[in-house]
Amino acid sequence: MVNTGDTAWILTSASVVLLMTPGLALFYGGMVRAKSVLNMMMMSFGALGLISVLWVLYGYSIAFGNDVGYGLLGDPTEYLGLNGLMADVTSEAGGLPSMAFVGFQAVFAIITVALISGAIADRAKFGAWMVFAGVWATIVYFPIAHWVFDFTLADDDGVVTHVGGWVANNLAAVDFAGGTAVHINAGAAGLALALVLGKRRGFGKDLVRPHNLPLVMIGAGLLWFGWFGFNAGSAVAANNTAAVAWVNTLVAAGAASLGWLLVEKLRDGHATSLGGASGVVAGLVAITPSCSAVSPVGAILLGAVAGGLCALAVGLKYRFGYDDSLDVVGVHLVGGLVGTLGVGFVATAAAPAGVDGLFYGGGADQLWRQAVGAFAVLITSFVLTYIIGLVIQTTMGFRVDEEDEMTGIDTAVHAESAYDFTSLGGGGGGAVTGGGGGAPYAGGSRSTAGTANSAARGGSA
Amino acid sequence: MRLVTAIVKPFKLDDVKLALETVGVAGLTVSEVQGFGRQKGHTEVYRGAEYQVDFVPKVRIEVLVDDADSFRVTDVIVEAARTGSIGDGKVWVTEVEDVVRVRTGERGTDAL
Repeated sequence: MVNTGDTAWILTSASVVLLMTPGLALFYGGMVRAKSVLNMMMMSFGALGLISVLWVLYGYSIAFGNDVGYGLLGDPTEYLGLNGLMADVTSEAGGLPSMAFVGFQAVFAIITVALISGAIADRAKFGAWMVFAGVWATIVYFPIAHWVFDFTLADDDGVVTHVGGWVANNLAAVDFAGGTAVHINAGAAGLALALVLGKRRGFGKDLVRPHNLPLVMIGAGLLWFGWFGFNAGSAVAANNTAAVAWVNTLVAAGAASLGWLLVEKLRDGHATSLGGASGVVAGLVAITPSCSAVSPVGAILLGAVAGGLCALAVGLKYRFGYDDSLDVVGVHLVGGLVGTLGVGFVATAAAPAGVDGLFYGGGADQLWRQAVGAFAVLITSFVLTYIIGLVIQTTMGFRVDEEDEMTGIDTAVHAESAYDFTSLGGGGGGAVTGGGGGAPYAGGSRSTAGTANSAARGGSA
Repeated sequence: MRLVTAIVKPFKLDDVKLALETVGVAGLTVSEVQGFGRQKGHTEVYRGAEYQVDFVPKVRIEVLVDDADSFRVTDVIVEAARTGSIGDGKVWVTEVEDVVRVRTGERGTDAL
């Protein structure tokens, strides 16, 4: 018998989490220049297409199949093509259909891949990105999702029916919705990929400013909205844990936004819109692993720290000279570390996760578990991503050539431009091929220009 | 005939237009332009990184006038556009050889 309340909430959560990826596309797209906004957004949409297919084919099985050894990997063949998951497996006492959970976790895989794209704005071949996305999801995300999200299950008699991943079960680190598997993972991968691809031409010298900050703010708003599904949905039930996670998600993002703006006001003299939007995201990242483990006041503390720290961390790329273009490292890696390690400090047993951190008399026990989980994911992701990136770079090439990068990756790679800046209509051209209703080649403006030229020549002769 | 060209702060456009109407100017051309003078550009900050923007947005106003009116029109523009702070812009006057009204073919001062 299906528990209709839980099922409705998880399907709703999955749907709003899906909206986070188009939201991320806007958030990232507004931050790049007008000549590369489409490519930036297409990296997110490419992930939406590709990862949803891979997830159904074998991704879910690698992440949530029965463990094949040491908690590192699920059995890729167990649920190949979601085999056997269409049957109603819910018990008499009520439960969640397997497919609801499959869908909810699918959208996590999609956005984790999409997050990485911010590190390589303006310069990656779209084909190379798609190959990277598929390989990275397969080798890095699906296994790490197994480590963190796949819990060992036992039946009523205590007999183990399903063996899960090592971070969740053996280590018992608290990562409620993916501070390690999603954000530290994507952040470390972004750093590795930014190093493999190298800096954009003119990095640190030329004017590279966001072309559309309202898009960034709409994107941040959609991310915040979707994040309620991300965190509160991770309770995998419509229950008290979900409600606690919801409130913590709200207040951590708010506090982080204030923290970021405060740093900007004190350091630069202005509280900026980009800072406000970035602060929201930094807080959401930090509360992701911790939303079940901290009190709402703890969430404010974590959010404020994450907002302030990330505002400082985004400057590191200029000091160390890596072009993490849209600050995947500064926001997701740093924010993910703040949240994941923060559990070790401000977790309270009064919260649903039921563990005490250092500040609540729990000693350092939870803190070291959090640290091991965080750094295991960080190092694994960085090393594997660097290797994948290098292989793609040396075989098919990851970067577009210099001319395409300078003129703009949108026209070079996608044969489109995001905005029609010409007030005379159509950029002064006409349809080249008869796509239906278009003017024929050499009609309209071209032949007119030709006539004008010959007239001018005739006049001067 | 003379062409009076004025580069002014964008928010002063309405004041200048109203002032020109009061002295009987019947038409003008406006364009949005960018540039710098003594004011130079300005600084913007994105995620803590400072960017120097060299060109400042301005409005260019062009008015064709009779020789006798050029001083008065120039003074009216200067008075209307002035805020007293740096970056108020410039006004200059150039000689115009001929003017034709496209609709009627009238030439010279008749076309003004």
